[in-house]
Amino acid sequence: MKKKAYYTRKLKRATHLLFYRRHQKPGVKGWELKRGLGVDYPKVLKILDSYLEKLDLEVKTVFEGEKPAEKPSREQLDKARFYITLRGSLAPKETKMMGWRIDDIAGLATAISYVTSKKGKAPREEVEDLLRNKLPGWRVDINMNRYIRSGYLAEDGNKQLYLDWRTRAEIDQKTLVELLLSTNSLEKEDYDYEEEISD
Amino acid sequence: MSSKRQRKKIGGEHLQRIIDLCTSIEEKGLDPFLVDVEDILEVVREYFPEWELPEELSLDAETIHRLASVIKLQSDWLKHRSTSLYTDPFLIEEKIRKLTKVELANLFLEVWHPIVEFEQISPHSLTEAIKYWQGLLPIDERWLQTGPQKREAGTVTREELIKQKILAENTFSEDLEAFWDELKEKVGANEKILYWDFVGANSYNETIQRAYLTSFLITYGYATLEIDRLEEEMFIKPYEKPVSMLGKKQVVSIPVSISNEEWMKWKRGLQN
Repeated sequence: MKKKAYYTRKLKRATHLLFYRRHQKPGVKGWELKRGLGVDYPKVLKILDSYLEKLDLEVKTVFEGEKPAEKPSREQLDKARFYITLRGSLAPKETKMMGWRIDDIAGLATAISYVTSKKGKAPREEVEDLLRNKLPGWRVDINMNRYIRSGYLAEDGNKQLYLDWRTRAEIDQKTLVELLLSTNSLEKEDYDYEEEISD
Repeated sequence: MSSKRQRKKIGGEHLQRIIDLCTSIEEKGLDPFLVDVEDILEVVREYFPEWELPEELSLDAETIHRLASVIKLQSDWLKHRSTSLYTDPFLIEEKIRKLTKVELANLFLEVWHPIVEFEQISPHSLTEAIKYWQGLLPIDERWLQTGPQKREAGTVTREELIKQKILAENTFSEDLEAFWDELKEKVGANEKILYWDFVGANSYNETIQRAYLTSFLITYGYATLEIDRLEEEMFIKPYEKPVSMLGKKQVVSIPVSISNEEWMKWKRGLQN
């Protein structure tokens, strides 16, 4: 009973820490969770994750650099960043509620998959050329800036684009590339997305 | 003799061309497999017995160093190709061009797991913000204060420095002794006084100053703290003579919070 009360208290604290934004960027570092929840924070996160599963949410761990192949060490966990993300996927209807248009999402998919295929670094000009193929010219720059502002892409002084922190936290890049390669276009015109989602 | 010099010259030019090729591959991001490592090593090996002077040996070392950088680029390239993330960029580009906007968006939605976060102000931070806002001077007044002021050099007296709080009127020990006398006077025949009754003053700033001096009274052995854990009360008890605690018993530090809320609470208690 005492142990149960202990973890209930820790779970509440973990929920507060992870759901409310504490810094400029969302997410909490492992060492911050250790300070707030104690050394057994990975266990607390595991319990929280199983609670969140019922709500289609999950505790996502983003490691510094490559994801460790085996069980992560304490040090790797302390340096990692933890987020609460959607466990499943969104329906097209829901994206509009989040303020994303079909154009924005298609553009984001294009930019991320292209940069991924170029070893995580590609000139902005090349990505913009590709986007112009699908979006009106005046929207390309606006959309690129939005992806950079949101943290999906980063740009350096030489106008090179990189994948940024939000892409690492939210997007399963491997599956994106696999899906892209396995999807065959039905070669039909883009139908009105607005009509589709209002059905 | 002259044929040896000639050979050295040709060898040097050869190595310089290899260095230039490797540098341009590194800097311009060209395909690292343009360099045939085995061929280059053969050339380096061929001329190596000719080198005698330090600058010749240095050129040889520089060639090996540049070649090593290109080998690293080749290794990185192979590593990336062997990962599951590798796909020919042209293939990806072709796919992107063929798929419609809706198809692209739909497949992206399958791999997109957006972060969930709340941005909500709490009643506590709202109260803090209101307090801050109320205390904030109008911007024109603040800007007036920050403007640079031109001043002529002049002389200043000790009294003026004291008035401006640059110099203290009394030494710290004099202040502390006077404060100790005040404590003894306030305690009178009761032996001790409630901490807040002694430290509390009309303004919050003065209270902080008194708490600061009190901490020195206790540390330097002019007084002691007595804590009643049951009643959750804290008393200050002055000594007749300063007592040094060093080495006599274990000295402990007691943190005492002097927040604005606690000062207000004490003030209200006084008024009631």
